[in-house]
Amino acid sequence: MSYAVETRDLTRVFAGKKKRRFRRPKENEEHLGPVTALDGVSIQIREGELFGMLGPNGAGKTTLIKILATLLLPTSGQAFVAGHDVAKDPFPIRQRINMVSGGETSGYGLLTARENVWMFSQFYGVPSKVSKGRIDELMHTFGLWDKRDAKVRMLSTGQRQKMNMIRGFVTDPDILFLDEPTLGLDVNAARVIREYVMNWVRTQGGKTVLLTSHYMAEADQMCDRIAIIDNGKILACDTPENLKRMIRTETTFRLEVDSIRDTTSFTAMAGVKNFSHKDDISKNRSFLTFILEDEGPVAEILSTITSQGKKVHSLQKSEPTLEDVFISMVGRGFE
Amino acid sequence: MSTGTVRRTDLRYRIGLNLRAVVGRSYPRIIGANREPSWIFFEGLLPLLGIAAYVFIYQSFGARALEAAAGDPAAQAAIKANTNALVASVVLGGTMVAFWLNVLWSMASQLYWEKEIGNLQLYMMAPMNRMALLGGMAVGGMFMTSVRAVSTLVAGIVVFGVVFQVADPLMLLAVFFVALTALYGLGMMFASLYLLWGREAWNLSALMEEPIFFSSGFYFPVGGLFRVPGWGPVVAILGSFVPATFGLDALRQLTLSRTAFGGQLWIFDVKTELYILVFMAVLFLILARYSLRYLELLAKREGKLTSRHQ
Repeated sequence: MSYAVETRDLTRVFAGKKKRRFRRPKENEEHLGPVTALDGVSIQIREGELFGMLGPNGAGKTTLIKILATLLLPTSGQAFVAGHDVAKDPFPIRQRINMVSGGETSGYGLLTARENVWMFSQFYGVPSKVSKGRIDELMHTFGLWDKRDAKVRMLSTGQRQKMNMIRGFVTDPDILFLDEPTLGLDVNAARVIREYVMNWVRTQGGKTVLLTSHYMAEADQMCDRIAIIDNGKILACDTPENLKRMIRTETTFRLEVDSIRDTTSFTAMAGVKNFSHKDDISKNRSFLTFILEDEGPVAEILSTITSQGKKVHSLQKSEPTLEDVFISMVGRGFE
Repeated sequence: MSTGTVRRTDLRYRIGLNLRAVVGRSYPRIIGANREPSWIFFEGLLPLLGIAAYVFIYQSFGARALEAAAGDPAAQAAIKANTNALVASVVLGGTMVAFWLNVLWSMASQLYWEKEIGNLQLYMMAPMNRMALLGGMAVGGMFMTSVRAVSTLVAGIVVFGVVFQVADPLMLLAVFFVALTALYGLGMMFASLYLLWGREAWNLSALMEEPIFFSSGFYFPVGGLFRVPGWGPVVAILGSFVPATFGLDALRQLTLSRTAFGGQLWIFDVKTELYILVFMAVLFLILARYSLRYLELLAKREGKLTSRHQ
């Protein structure tokens, strides 16, 4: 089997904050010990695969990408990209990869969008003529042609992120790391990016994408396989369908109720496998998701809510989503 | 294991890659920075005010000395020559200030800035040699600052009527470029160190402005410090670690003639100073390479340098 990316028992520990000699430590600062960002991660990503890494903030997604992009060394374990060890042989890896992160502010505001992308292509040795041809083509594809000669500081967030995506593709990488690429974008900009990435992997042959996201629907729509990561550990890795099938024997209920603070009794209820809770303060509502072994506990849940004087606005039994898979495995939602 | 697309790794490819990287990184400074015409006022004309302050002081000293030497034509001629030489020294030094400020704020601090705006990790991830990145910054900085420095120099010549006498233009060019290489080599070395020190390094930049203007003799021939008993030679020797000191001294000798100020205020002869500058250029470039390599290793090991958030 040919792997574009392979990690073996990859662990990354960040040292805790050092005590500063001339500064009074902030509250709790002295207790900040080492942080294990990745804990024995082993994954294999096949060539030509669009692989998703799903997890909440701080799960270890970005750390993994930084190790694979040769920006960080693993504390232990090994990582290979295009068959080369990230710690021992970074040059051939760097020739073959690129990375785009969401909310990126890279580049120089005085340069135009086109010049910025051209500049980054020069760091990969792409001849100017080739680079300019690719930039023009990508500018058309991403709908940025009209802004090609606009200074970067004049671009909107969405336009800037499209420019970043063009920067990622202009070097014709074999492996592209996308770290939350649609973070904070409007629906249209996010759709353009998603469609281009999917099309690129399907049509180019042998191109691989590792996408991290905490947008469940995005990962579900785009990825061939998804790894769910939390606290630096891979909890599951399979196709989106298979992941959802894992909890299909369970029942998912979603409730919209008056804002509810005390939810401790739900987790202790018999038959409740897992539970997540989100608040919408502006509407004074709470959104509860229950993963149940069967429908038995529903009556008890409703009576617990109404006994607190709260009104149930909606109750919905639904097909499992990736978020339900995550809740089922971790015992909490992403937020 | 996957191999992906076959990529070249031969020496010719690597040279081409790094030359492209130098051109790419110098581009924002060569093209981008000159896009805003406001620089003509802020960086071309405003420095004239600093120069003017010194020029007026020297001219007033000269006028007082002329009064005292009334009736002695030989002394008066010498005073006039020295005053003119001092004014020319100030214009030249004031012009070179642009380079020192560029080295401090646009070379030394640049990697820290790049980290803050998120460029550094993209640079570190690219296959180019890291020295190509610093080289591009330096080439772009030299070009950009030269445009500004020439504007200040021309304005200085026009406003203050300074006359330079260049006897050996080739040597002048050699000294200028070697001094710039040494100066930017120092900036390249500082770039890595500043990134390690983080924000504290900004204080260092501020600290290295006025004291270096003084100890390197930006506004007077630095050889004069050797004539100050006690602290003078110590300050001059400390200032000599900055290549601008020997660079300016040699440039002044080449544009004012070695006999200006009675030949009393120069440190060494031009050739010796050129050799010292060549040595400094090589030394600082080597040190820059090693400090950058160390920085990259540290960045990868500790994960604290390429990202704002870690």
